[in-house]
Amino acid sequence: MTALTLAKALNLGLRRALADDPSVVLLGEDIGRLGGVFRVTDGLQAEFGPRRVMDTPLAEAGILGTAVGLAYRGYRPVVEIQFDGFVYVAFDQIVSQVARMLARTAGAVRLPITIRIPVGGGTGAAEHHSESPEAYFVHTAGLRVVEVASPQDAYTVVQQAIACDDPVVFFEPKRRYYTKGEVDTEAALADAAPMGAARVVVPGSDVTLVTYGGLVATAVDAATAAADDGVSVEVIDLRSLSPADHDTVAASVRRTGRLVVAHEGPHEAGVGAEIAATATERCFEYLEAAPVRVTGHDIPYPPAKLEKHHVPDLDRILDGVDRVLGRVPTGAVAP
Amino acid sequence: MPGITDSTTRDDPSPAETARENLTAHEAGAPDGRSADEGAHEGADGGTDRGARTVRLLDPDGVRHPSPEHDRWLTDVDGDDRALLRLLEDMVVVRRIDAEATALQRQGELALWPPVLGQEAAQIGSAHALRRDDFVFGSYREHGVAFVRGVAPVDLLREWRGLVTAGWNPYAVNVATPQVIVGGHALHGVGYAMGILADAERGDAAGSDDGTAAVISYFGDGAMSQGAVNEAFVFAATWSAPVVFFCQNNQWAISEPVALQSPVPLVARAEGFGLAGVQVDGNDVLAVLAVTRAALHRARTGGGPTLVEAVTYRRGPHTTADDPTRYRGAAEVEAWVRRDPVDRFAAYLRDRGVLTDAADAHVRDVADQVAAALRTDLAASPAPPPLSIFEHVYAQPHPALAAQRDAYAQYLAGFADDVADGAR
Repeated sequence: MTALTLAKALNLGLRRALADDPSVVLLGEDIGRLGGVFRVTDGLQAEFGPRRVMDTPLAEAGILGTAVGLAYRGYRPVVEIQFDGFVYVAFDQIVSQVARMLARTAGAVRLPITIRIPVGGGTGAAEHHSESPEAYFVHTAGLRVVEVASPQDAYTVVQQAIACDDPVVFFEPKRRYYTKGEVDTEAALADAAPMGAARVVVPGSDVTLVTYGGLVATAVDAATAAADDGVSVEVIDLRSLSPADHDTVAASVRRTGRLVVAHEGPHEAGVGAEIAATATERCFEYLEAAPVRVTGHDIPYPPAKLEKHHVPDLDRILDGVDRVLGRVPTGAVAP
Repeated sequence: MPGITDSTTRDDPSPAETARENLTAHEAGAPDGRSADEGAHEGADGGTDRGARTVRLLDPDGVRHPSPEHDRWLTDVDGDDRALLRLLEDMVVVRRIDAEATALQRQGELALWPPVLGQEAAQIGSAHALRRDDFVFGSYREHGVAFVRGVAPVDLLREWRGLVTAGWNPYAVNVATPQVIVGGHALHGVGYAMGILADAERGDAAGSDDGTAAVISYFGDGAMSQGAVNEAFVFAATWSAPVVFFCQNNQWAISEPVALQSPVPLVARAEGFGLAGVQVDGNDVLAVLAVTRAALHRARTGGGPTLVEAVTYRRGPHTTADDPTRYRGAAEVEAWVRRDPVDRFAAYLRDRGVLTDAADAHVRDVADQVAAALRTDLAASPAPPPLSIFEHVYAQPHPALAAQRDAYAQYLAGFADDVADGAR
């Protein structure tokens, strides 16, 4: 076990994928000599050469479109979108091409493309640098969507995503890039939890709190605070947003009877809506209260000085816990 | 017409003025405003990379004009009557398939069909320039290219009957399946070409080729405005990728004339991107064959990408759902009928003594047989079973979708019970 930042764990995971499989190639803006704006690809071009770690022209659709062609030819491209807000110009390639090529060709053309996207806010960044676009991709058949929350998952899941024969949208919570955690780089991939499995991070019995990515650490803090208040919160790191591990969520909700879902992305038709709806369908008779969503507001991402009013924090998650416990009149404050 | 008029030498007309002039040329039905003699030109590189002149070897009456620069790419077919006849036969057969498909749509057997009428020389000529190990990325109108590559005629139609989203396995014929998003595939071709380079670099011909394969991407004048196509030019030039961009300028993007896409000849775009550029008479099958071979050779030998602008004309509607009488006049269409690519080549072959009455009858007979078989094969094409919609969404197991499929199967099974009940 080694203490690594999430960014370094990603770097080592990518390095291992490049070393293990000659068909893996990396494409992106500034990923070569610079090592990426977050240094996730630091040193990889020097080690594997400019033909495998490719700086591209500044055109995200071009990056995705050429990745499709490389995959057509048998490669496993890993593309880096520099910031979440830049992925939209590649949206057509992802939704109209990457996601449906396999179905279009009745299984003939596989596109094992990994699309790495730094995601989320809380970093005081400029406009278009703090987006949470995951719901767009969750809504698109043919894609798998994951978001890592810990250095260990960063190391493991990035390799699983690259090895997966389906295209994977791989979100990296940028405000956790430099958070350290223990990583076992020796463990065999085959022994790791499947990419699609959720994980119970904190066991609990009163409330199920489901989240993913950058908010997992916040949710763990919230569980600790709630415990001080005598409330036992079970924190589930969803890990995979599509497919979502509804079984793990349902098993927890059947025990707790109360569900809170938290994410940074907007409220309406967000991932939380899907989690809450499915849990309600599956666990209706177990629920003691309507599921509660703690999310970003339905607004464009606000200026940095105001982002603390948008991104759910410890207090807002605890408020959600209070609401699902009936300690706050839900109707009065529910969005 | 922007495809051919030498607008680069004009006195700085505004784009709007140019567009209007070009529109006027359209309305006047002047297909290119240039004599055939100007088209067949010679000389070192012939200026064909400047977009100012059009490569043409056969004039509309089928008279061949010598051009050593281009004729050197045709020495094999020039010495092989059967190869010449094959070019004609492919054009005639594709025209027949196209007519049959259009008729099948009118008869309700196809939901839609995008006709290729008028573009046969551009497609057959360029497709004959390809090697087996080259790879084609095309739009939805490249029926002629796909046919030459070996796609079964019925597989061209099944998509338009609504049976499938793609009629064939791309790897079986090295032809990607039709792309409906305008220009969406141009980048795929560049990426594939980057893969050819990467394979060669690591000494691994991952495909079936020897590392000198090339890619050809087909699209139209409308696609020249798409961001994806322009990004494809950028990436191809950066990598010096072995790719040929084959733009069939058929003058119309549904109702929009090419003047709306560009105030300069489309081929003039090449220079700014760092692509070689050549404009060719797209209704001259020999000229198309020659310039495509030259462009592919350049690609294979490290010379980088080329933009070929094949100036042609979409004589039919955009698709069978379109009504071109709302946006263009009969005189314009008639002017292009007089430049028919099949008649032109047939006249040349007759004059050369290659196309005899017997050979002509044979070609027509082949076309009729293909059309008859196509009709039979289409009628025999099975509708896929309902639950097949859940297949191939993911390459690896997906329990959630499997559960949806099972639930829908159960739902459908309920109807089967009803039918059974009703039958009792």
